[in-house]
Amino acid sequence: MKTEDLVAMLATNVDAVPRKAASRQIGLALAVGLPLSVLLMATEYGVRRDLLTAFGWPMFWVKLLVPLCIAVFGFVAVQRLARPGVSPRRAWLGIVAPVLFIWLLGVLVLMSAPADVRATLILGQTWRSCVFNIAAISAPIFAASLWALKRLAPTRPAAAGAAAGAMSAGTGAAVYALHCPELAAPFLAIWYVIGMALPVLAGAAIGPRLLRW
Amino acid sequence: MGMSDAEQLLRDLCIRGLDGDAQAYHAFLLKLGMHLRAFLSRRLFGWPDEVEDLVQECLLAIHNQRHTYQPEQPLTAWVHAIARYKMIDFLRAKAGREALNDPLDDDLEIFAESAIDASDTRRDLNGLLDTLPDRQRLPIVHVKLEGLSVVEAAQRTGMSESAIKVGIHRGLKALALKIRRRE
Repeated sequence: MKTEDLVAMLATNVDAVPRKAASRQIGLALAVGLPLSVLLMATEYGVRRDLLTAFGWPMFWVKLLVPLCIAVFGFVAVQRLARPGVSPRRAWLGIVAPVLFIWLLGVLVLMSAPADVRATLILGQTWRSCVFNIAAISAPIFAASLWALKRLAPTRPAAAGAAAGAMSAGTGAAVYALHCPELAAPFLAIWYVIGMALPVLAGAAIGPRLLRW
Repeated sequence: MGMSDAEQLLRDLCIRGLDGDAQAYHAFLLKLGMHLRAFLSRRLFGWPDEVEDLVQECLLAIHNQRHTYQPEQPLTAWVHAIARYKMIDFLRAKAGREALNDPLDDDLEIFAESAIDASDTRRDLNGLLDTLPDRQRLPIVHVKLEGLSVVEAAQRTGMSESAIKVGIHRGLKALALKIRRRE
């Protein structure tokens, strides 16, 4: 085959392509995955009954905004990593900083708490199920975002998979926060972070195999 | 012509191509082919025969992934990232196949020179197209090789216009996969 013939074929009747494909595809993945995650949370776990009251508590907002921040910067990172030659740059900081913040807050709360309540602050009532629940609620968004990445061109598939995991994990944890009864920073610093780490690790592990092109 | 002039020219042609200007897009791919040939032969001097294979693989990948280019990014950064990705993929496959052979020949310099010219590759476009299912092969043959419009191709094949477009899109992706696997 002559390269000129290939070029002639590719250029014949070529269509205009829409702009901002990466953001649109990943946005579409969120639009498909997020309602499924909310539905899963609402039907399997149930929205907490005192949700309206909870909106008045600062710790509830911490529990909501820490994962949301991870989700937003996860989106920025993944739509950048989906395009060849574009590095995520500072987006990683936006994913790591909320984790450092909740760790710091958790340590401060533990240090200032009396010794006999520390175990409760760490374990709460739901530590056994929290990690699994967050990963499960993230799953629809995770699957949809990998499907979107397959239509794009990540040249660093492990990083792209991890970023897709971070976006899904942050979104999933924020959705789970609408159900979860826990409010202690040490609890969030351990179980929420582990729950969110699972999709990130899964993305890094399956990215190189799944996202080849 | 300096590097930034080449960048400017290629980028203009590319953006016009992305907006549907087939003539500009054709010129873009031809110039890009030359650029890729130089880029890859500098790096693959041990495998001169493979350079043109890889140039074609990169051109097809660039075409299939052209929606991931955004004009605010330097075009060469985007192109080189794709070329590097394809080259590493190729070297990995090569390392798997030829783990025990020394791939470097004695007369490297001669090969490095000769590789600058475009050469045919052993792969055959029609042969590759024949391996695709009709719903992908026919749209590509009618629209991309014979130059019929999508409407005409739809009439000719009895397929819908959107099926023609999807067939072209999926067919070119399938071709890229076959080339990558060196089938």
